[in-house]
Amino acid sequence: MTEIWHALIRAIELLVSLDPEVMEIVWRSLRVSGISCLLASLLCLPLGSLIHFHSFPGKRALINIIQTLFSLPTVIVGLFVFVLFSQAGPLGKAGILFTPTVMVIGQMILITPLLLGFTISALSGVSKEIVDTATSLGASGFQTALLMLKEARFAVLAAVIMGFGRALSEVGCAMMVGGNIKGFTRVITTTISLETSKGELELSIALGIILLLLALVINIALNRLQQR
Amino acid sequence: MSLIKVVDLSHNYSERRVLENITLSIAKGEVFALIGPTGVGKTTLLRLIDLLEIPSSGEIYFDGRCIPESGKQRVEIRRRMAFVLQKPQVFNLSVYDNIACGLRWRGEKKDRIAEKVDRILETVDLRGYKNRNARTLSGGEAQRLALARAAVVEPEVLLLDEPTANLDPISTEKIEQFISYLIRQRNTTIIMATHDMSQGQHLADKIGVLLNGRIVQIGDAREVFRLPQDEEVAKFVGMENIIAGRVTANAGGIVMVDTGNNVIQAVSGCPVGEEVNVGIRPEDIILALSKSESSARNCFRGEVAKVTSLGPVSRVEINCGFPLVALVTRISAEVLNLQNGREVYASFKAAGVHLIRKENRQNLSWQRRQ
Repeated sequence: MTEIWHALIRAIELLVSLDPEVMEIVWRSLRVSGISCLLASLLCLPLGSLIHFHSFPGKRALINIIQTLFSLPTVIVGLFVFVLFSQAGPLGKAGILFTPTVMVIGQMILITPLLLGFTISALSGVSKEIVDTATSLGASGFQTALLMLKEARFAVLAAVIMGFGRALSEVGCAMMVGGNIKGFTRVITTTISLETSKGELELSIALGIILLLLALVINIALNRLQQR
Repeated sequence: MSLIKVVDLSHNYSERRVLENITLSIAKGEVFALIGPTGVGKTTLLRLIDLLEIPSSGEIYFDGRCIPESGKQRVEIRRRMAFVLQKPQVFNLSVYDNIACGLRWRGEKKDRIAEKVDRILETVDLRGYKNRNARTLSGGEAQRLALARAAVVEPEVLLLDEPTANLDPISTEKIEQFISYLIRQRNTTIIMATHDMSQGQHLADKIGVLLNGRIVQIGDAREVFRLPQDEEVAKFVGMENIIAGRVTANAGGIVMVDTGNNVIQAVSGCPVGEEVNVGIRPEDIILALSKSESSARNCFRGEVAKVTSLGPVSRVEINCGFPLVALVTRISAEVLNLQNGREVYASFKAAGVHLIRKENRQNLSWQRRQ
């Protein structure tokens, strides 16, 4: 028990002193997840609009599949990306396995269904009359889609924040494709996992506290948006 | 030349037919009112004309061109029109951005947009609200915003769906003033759907009566309100008294209609022997306590059966052997002491009587000549 107390106090010391190793790991986490979230948004917002505005056979099924993939296991994404970028894999020549780049790709794949699904449902929340009004005022299809994203901006932003949260807190994919290399691909979650298994609780606890704080900030932001 | 021509247009929603064989043409600068009870397809017709939907069959011509079913041309043609939906929809943006939308979508320059938006905000009396979120506006304000947003693009055709439904009298007046301004200053072609008879009457050049998905009569206000083509139209335009009868004599433009127990005189060219419905507007009936010496050719003694106050006027049901409904001012009702069972004389001019031929609705040549 004293050992745990000791670790906790050390963890707080690490936080208060803004320990460079802790800060470096946190910064990398935010950067990798932030970029993956940004790229996924750039992909999903237009794609989600496209799916929402067009009717095609199998649309319902596609949306069902997207929703099912909300809970896509991180290790499966990890496995898929690992196979894709491993030496023998189809994209092995890129040579980016065990780099932050491939972690970004992995997290993008992980949160794409989430962002896509929530973008579509955000757009469905905008009434049909708004679409008609825009069309009747002379908006082209593209202009209407832009207006719709603006109308649903809070819901869309909430989706983006949720995607960011999921990317930040996942461990399976980052571990498998990033390799948890110290000073290069080590992020909050993978560090906690490794340090804990090594029995070194102080860094784990310090990072755990930061991860929880980040989750708190994200939730507050989400709540704020949903109250609008 | 007509700006908009609708030819044999029909439309279905799944299996339900909402519009049937609509043919009409609207000239440039004309104000056309579609009147009819709710749910007869007025909105659908407006949506089809604004190219928001594709008709099940039939054609729409805009400025002489037949409208294609898809493609860029539809957007181009739509940009020459603007449509104000019945329930005003405001975008979750500032009042300014709401109004600027249509101009931005048409690629107008920024300073021109600012100029036009400011001017129209002034016209619709919303200048103080420029930076407010449009969602915070009241119903009347939102309706004015919607109208301004449509008018700011200076459309050739403005489509209005019940522009003053559910508004208070002051808001209604403001909206009507603005519509009159567009008619006078801009010579905008306007197609409006309304169930407000008076609105149709004082704003429109031409009125189309839409009943159960069909245009049953097109004409100016006088024709539609005074000379309805059939019983259905008559009832809808407020010609409450409809009495069946048969023409028994025709002398010098005055015909006698035998309604069973009584004879009603009417100014008409209807041939003798014709089965007709006699239509009399309730406001054309004058009530008195004694047989009046007025010039009215028709005068019947009756008993008051029911009096309903409608605010400034009262609706009086009289039994003269046949039922009659009259509208009198509240003061008259009080002076005449109209109560159930009271004996009164109801008189009306022969010119105020409209004959509707019963059979063969289409053959109305003699009616038009009236």
